[in-house]
Amino acid sequence: MLRIINLQKKFTVENGADNHILNGLNLTVEDGEFVTILGNNGAGKSTLFNLISGAVLPNDGYIYLDEKDITFMPEHKRSQFIGRVFQSPMRGTAPNLTVAENLALAYGRQNRKNLNWALTKPLKAIFREKLAEADMGLEDKLDSKIKNLSGGQCQVVALIMCTIKPPELILLDEHTAALDPKTAEDVMAFTQRVVKKDQLTALMITHHLEDAIAYGNRLIMMDRGVVAHEFTGDEKKNITPEELRTLYHLKES
Amino acid sequence: MSLAIGSLQLGLIYTLIAMGIYISFRVLNIPDLTAEGSFVFGMAVMSASAVAGHPILGIFFSLLAGAAAGLVTALLQTKLLIPAILSGILTMTGLYTINLTVMQGSSNVTLLGVTTIYDILGDLLPMDFAIAKIFVSLIFVIIAMLTLVLFFKTNCGLCIRAIGDNEMMARSSSMSVDLYKILGLMISNALIGLCGGLIACDQGYADMNSGVGMLVVGLAAVIIGEAFIRRRTILAGMISCLLGSIIYRFILALAISTRIFPAYAMKLLSAIIVTIALALPAVKYYKENYQLKKRNRHA
Repeated sequence: MLRIINLQKKFTVENGADNHILNGLNLTVEDGEFVTILGNNGAGKSTLFNLISGAVLPNDGYIYLDEKDITFMPEHKRSQFIGRVFQSPMRGTAPNLTVAENLALAYGRQNRKNLNWALTKPLKAIFREKLAEADMGLEDKLDSKIKNLSGGQCQVVALIMCTIKPPELILLDEHTAALDPKTAEDVMAFTQRVVKKDQLTALMITHHLEDAIAYGNRLIMMDRGVVAHEFTGDEKKNITPEELRTLYHLKES
Repeated sequence: MSLAIGSLQLGLIYTLIAMGIYISFRVLNIPDLTAEGSFVFGMAVMSASAVAGHPILGIFFSLLAGAAAGLVTALLQTKLLIPAILSGILTMTGLYTINLTVMQGSSNVTLLGVTTIYDILGDLLPMDFAIAKIFVSLIFVIIAMLTLVLFFKTNCGLCIRAIGDNEMMARSSSMSVDLYKILGLMISNALIGLCGGLIACDQGYADMNSGVGMLVVGLAAVIIGEAFIRRRTILAGMISCLLGSIIYRFILALAISTRIFPAYAMKLLSAIIVTIALALPAVKYYKENYQLKKRNRHA
């Protein structure tokens, strides 16, 4: 369970004025929940993810994961149990290493035995099986470099890297936004399968209103650093993209 | 013939510095200028050990000396957030004093009449001394190469490679980026220190000024090697260091034996060779653009 209490973050801009990004955000996500997050630019979605993953530290407030206070835990320790997939396919993978090597890095992240071989036959067999699940022809590309893959394949590898050892929480940061519509659909479908299979707790930022409604079991809309609207259950199923769109417009006026 | 043997010998020893530079510049993707300092540091430590009668311990000391220099640079970079190039320059400058201290204030220490590692191992081998020296250097290169190739296949080595390739990804995959950067730079400079030590043994003296331009020498070897070997694995990289280093020595030997250039023109030649090699992609780009524009004019 992820529990965020009164989270505040401000950045000091050049003239000394404070730019308040998060203003006391409260959010509780139960185990196995899949939450989609909407919000206009500057609402604080990415900052929220940066705070959860530890890339930046909050000015006030606390973050608990399974009753453990992780507010100030260093990023590389947190990433043992928090997975994150970024918008840019190149961001979550090492382009000049092979698919297998990238997966080996991810596989070892909870328990890195430093001077053991990074790649062994049994490990490669596990990777091949995982890649086959994605159904994108990746199982034959274990030894090709990431930079020779397409953007969609790259994102799938990044997603598998995050989930190969099921994390306690996975953050999806517009991970299909840079892909063409067909590939984006495939990657979303695969995401859905993985989340369901491993009963993962997931947060997903998206600007795609249809996706936000279709996937997950809870939808939140952020505005000016707080959760402004929330839809669950039938309420979420029945909402239309138009209704959501008007919520965006409300904010601008 | 002696020129060829001499070039081969130097080429083999300088392979070690090429490997060191390959690790920092290519694998870690950090422009590390510590090399010029750690090279002389290794040299100074080796000659001091040899003079004191411990030529074999000198090998370990020169490795350690290089690693220590690398550690300082890496700490400046990772903990004090000083830019990579400046960190290297700071360490290199500081090392000047330390090297002079190790060499007891004199800028030149001779190893004439002192037993070096080449004397010890060379006497064991049943062949001409010059050939035996090449053999000994080759053993060093092979050991270093094998160790590195195997090391980069372990989890730890893979982490170092990943950090050089995509640091952001490394952070979000739970790697302690600072730790692996430090480790990588220590390994790189340890090799460079050892290279300095072996050069001192080979030429029979340690000199404060031998570090000047060493970075370019190492980089030249890496680049020349890469021009011949297209594959980009660690093994291929190591082999291209070896090949590049030897070819580089032969080019220099040839340039000097034609008597067109005096011996002191070496540094300028090195700089020019590296400049040409580094400029090739730009030249290719201009050429392609020029051809595209020309096609437009005719149309």
